[in-house]
Amino acid sequence: MSTNPPGPPLWLLLELTYRCPLHCVFCYNPVEMARAEQELSTEEWVRVLREARALGAVQLGLSGGEPLTRDDLEEIVAQAHALGYYTNLITSGIGLNERRIAALKRAGLDHIQLSFQDSTREMNDFLSSTRTFELKSKVAALIKQHGYPMVLNVVLHRMNIDHVEQILEMAEAFGAEYVELANTQFYGWAWLNRERLMPSRAQVERAEAVTQRFRERVGERMRIFFVVPDYFERRPKACMNGLGSVFLTVAPDGTAMPCHAARILPGLDLPNVRDASIEWIWRDSPGFNRFRGDEWMKEPCRSCPERHRDFGGCRCQAYLLTGDAANADPVCDLSPHHHLVTEAVARADARDRQAPVEERPLIFRDHRRAAAPPAAAET
Amino acid sequence: MSVVPDAARPTVARGFRLQWEPAQQAHVLLYPEGMVKLNDSAGQILSRCDGRRTVTEIVADLEHTYRTSGLADDVRTFIAFALEKQWLELDREAQLDPLCDTARNPP
Ligand code: SF4
Repeated sequence: MSTNPPGPPLWLLLELTYRCPLHCVFCYNPVEMARAEQELSTEEWVRVLREARALGAVQLGLSGGEPLTRDDLEEIVAQAHALGYYTNLITSGIGLNERRIAALKRAGLDHIQLSFQDSTREMNDFLSSTRTFELKSKVAALIKQHGYPMVLNVVLHRMNIDHVEQILEMAEAFGAEYVELANTQFYGWAWLNRERLMPSRAQVERAEAVTQRFRERVGERMRIFFVVPDYFERRPKACMNGLGSVFLTVAPDGTAMPCHAARILPGLDLPNVRDASIEWIWRDSPGFNRFRGDEWMKEPCRSCPERHRDFGGCRCQAYLLTGDAANADPVCDLSPHHHLVTEAVARADARDRQAPVEERPLIFRDHRRAAAPPAAAET
Repeated sequence: MSVVPDAARPTVARGFRLQWEPAQQAHVLLYPEGMVKLNDSAGQILSRCDGRRTVTEIVADLEHTYRTSGLADDVRTFIAFALEKQWLELDREAQLDPLCDTARNPP
């Protein structure tokens, strides 16, 4: 148990459903999807909202899966709005029509982020077929008509990063005001496909240069954020601002997590909102206290002067790469495991020069495969 | 930093929301996926920027509430800062006509 009581869980992310019309190669939804059949009811979600709000939660993310597959989304938004949340919908746009966006607006929805969740399927369709482009444009127009800023989030990786210019041109064509180009984080499905999804350094540099030229042309009209993949950095990101400090995620089945990927961490006892109050979960549950503060840290983090800046990086990345979630995130060049990251980048660079036949087949997110979860350490 | 017309009626910008948070004992400004925690005077100024009151009225109201005078410069400076940050926007009239303040209050 932590000695200092934690601050409020300012950020609440509700993954309302695992149902999703897309099958993305890098989706972070758990590989063991079979476990997530039983979604919380409307009443249960509202209870979560109420209890978290009482603790001081104020930013609400509604995601999935595709949150629009829940027909009580409008009701959940209305309750959240009445409680005083700032409500953000994170959607692929599939299922968003005039009737639903009007109802969401009436319910008090504050913000919509349109996500591009696929490269190989949705992105390829988008890049090659006018039909998909028109579909996205229609959704974008709806979003703008209802007075929301048009915010587009595109996940980049090895297979689409060379198309950044085309992606930006299309975003411009449908009037995006903010575009976030985020490179894949390697968890869940993306981890299984890491070797196929990791861009080379040359690819990242080209994409950044293209983005910069584009920025200069469009100016303030379209703001573009380019998030460099952390494998190319020498210090890790301050993942979740430290586990258990501001973020609380609830999965469709009610599992409460200090980060949306925390389910992969072995031995982390994750509570369920069906069995316990949000107050106990946030303040007292072992799962939320396990990585609070700095007691859990090992060297080199334990005595590192930067440990309150990055909190040792990402626990999931530390576990996936080193087998121990309490190690430093190997993105850090002070980590004795840093070579694992530089080697992965070197392999990606080498693959630029290789014949594509040697590449591993891509694993699509698919309910049929979810029945047999592969081991986390498999590469 | 530009000069804020005294007759302008600043209001919290579209997409932003200002509210009092008991858990933080502070006013916060909420915007897409983010939040600014405001100190006491910033909270007091912003919560009076309702699109109805002019800058002059906001100053008068604050001076009345705190039984003091001479707040005008601080309030104007903060409002200009908040406009620059795009936390606030001016009423349509002031926005569309950059000369309106000169027109209303000739130098
Ligand atoms: S050693 Fe640990 S705390 Fe220090 S910079 Fe690296 S990851 Fe951060």
